[in-house]
Amino acid sequence: MSDPPQAEAASSGRAAPGALLEVEHLVVHHGQLRALDDVSVSLGAGETLAIIGANGAGKSTLLRTIAGLHRPTSGRILLDGVDLSHSTPEQRLRRGVALVPEGRRLFPSLSVEENLLVGTYRARPGPFVPDRIYELFEWMRSRRNQRAAELSGGEQQAVAIGRALVANPRVLLLDELSLGLAPLVVQRIYGVLPELLSAGITILLVEQDVAQATRVASRVQCLLEGRTTLEGRPGEFSAEQIETAYFGMSSTSAVSADADGAPER
Amino acid sequence: MSWVNAVIQGILTGAFYALFACGLSLLFGVMGIINLAHGDLAVIGGYVAVALIPVTHVPVVWSFVIVVPIFAVGGYALQRTLLQASLDRGPFTTLLVTFGLSVIAENALLEVFTSNSQSLNIGNLITYSFSINSQITISYFSVVVLALAVAVLGALQLFLSRSRTGRLIRAVADDREAAQLIGANYRHVFGVAAAIAFSTVALAGLAYAMSSQIAPTTGTGTLLSAFEAVVIGGIGSVWGTLVGGIVLGVAQQIGAQINPAYQILAGHLVFLAVLALRPQGLFGTRARA
Repeated sequence: MSDPPQAEAASSGRAAPGALLEVEHLVVHHGQLRALDDVSVSLGAGETLAIIGANGAGKSTLLRTIAGLHRPTSGRILLDGVDLSHSTPEQRLRRGVALVPEGRRLFPSLSVEENLLVGTYRARPGPFVPDRIYELFEWMRSRRNQRAAELSGGEQQAVAIGRALVANPRVLLLDELSLGLAPLVVQRIYGVLPELLSAGITILLVEQDVAQATRVASRVQCLLEGRTTLEGRPGEFSAEQIETAYFGMSSTSAVSADADGAPER
Repeated sequence: MSWVNAVIQGILTGAFYALFACGLSLLFGVMGIINLAHGDLAVIGGYVAVALIPVTHVPVVWSFVIVVPIFAVGGYALQRTLLQASLDRGPFTTLLVTFGLSVIAENALLEVFTSNSQSLNIGNLITYSFSINSQITISYFSVVVLALAVAVLGALQLFLSRSRTGRLIRAVADDREAAQLIGANYRHVFGVAAAIAFSTVALAGLAYAMSSQIAPTTGTGTLLSAFEAVVIGGIGSVWGTLVGGIVLGVAQQIGAQINPAYQILAGHLVFLAVLALRPQGLFGTRARA
């Protein structure tokens, strides 16, 4: 697999020079359904970009495609200029792309510690080792021998983040961290983000909760029915603008936006 | 005292069932493959030794040194090709493919070795025994098989719970896609699990061929007891397989004590009772949602 020339990436218009992760004109199908329709994302090193959007807008599909779980119909995914579009999820992890999947997806029969240990299986060298995760989430150390299936949703989410972190990714993809969690728990989990950023990790997160997304992100990008409807710094937009981008121009299109809910999981 | 003897002989028979069932349990627990060719694999193990010993001049007792590596490599190769391809197409395909393998194996053995039964002759070793009293006589060979079963299952348990690769096998068994996200190539991990499973079934096949007669069609019949041992013990539990085998063996021997005709029936009845009262098996956990 030969890497396309750098000039091509630069000439594609959207690519900010020095962007760490670039997604170019991505089209992804789930069977007949066009889940992502020409979506481009550019993420600079150290940035936190939040992808917002309603159910079925294609947010999870975007993250899963970047992680390598879906094959794009067309478009490219570049990390630091290297084309990953045809790499396996395992190869992308080695390159530094780690996904915390929607619904945590811990290994239920493994203990907390074992979940972190398997996370180190193909880890890159870096600061995050299981011990460091126990410092990040202090409750975890004393309960490391408990089976993951016995943890609460918030605790599972923390372990899922820890399992992705011990691979020492350059880009961390976070899919719906807040799903099904109490607001206080969500805040506590989002509370570790600054520490990850200070460790040099770039974050691409998907969030249904717009208020939460705008609080933590340096940039937001809104998807609607697989297309980008809004993009910029959180402060640049009025609530109405975001609402329109989120639900579409009229309430009828908001209803039809639910149509591709199924492939999200 | 003859009842005590029945229990002892049952435990010894059961240990063989456990050794035999171990690979079946592993393949199902890790990949969800119900391997209908499992019994035939054991028989092939015996025949491979029958064919290779005259050529290699390895003492019969040491035949496992050749056969087990062949099976490990063969297991990995079969998993990475045919079995993985059938897994990618769904569980029913796997069932059909392993059934097909079973038919092919039996007919190929008939073609090559004829339907005459064969045995691995280990000479006097098979007849050595010691007597506890006038009624209880225990054969050394069955004690060796018991020790082998405990050692294999113990090593497997330790491997799965403590080693890096074992942990990875359990992770892949839990969630294939999540395992990809931590950088694991699940196809390779499946191959490793298959290599282990095939190695254990080779051991079981050799033990069977040494203590009894094998014919091309022996596999299908013995497969049933392996299934019963796995189900009684609980799928996915290594020690459960050992206990399941022993429960089955003891049930059969006690049945035979009541009336020799009841031997097989008693085993099936215990199996059905477990299936009805505790479908997850004695050591199994309830199926995950």
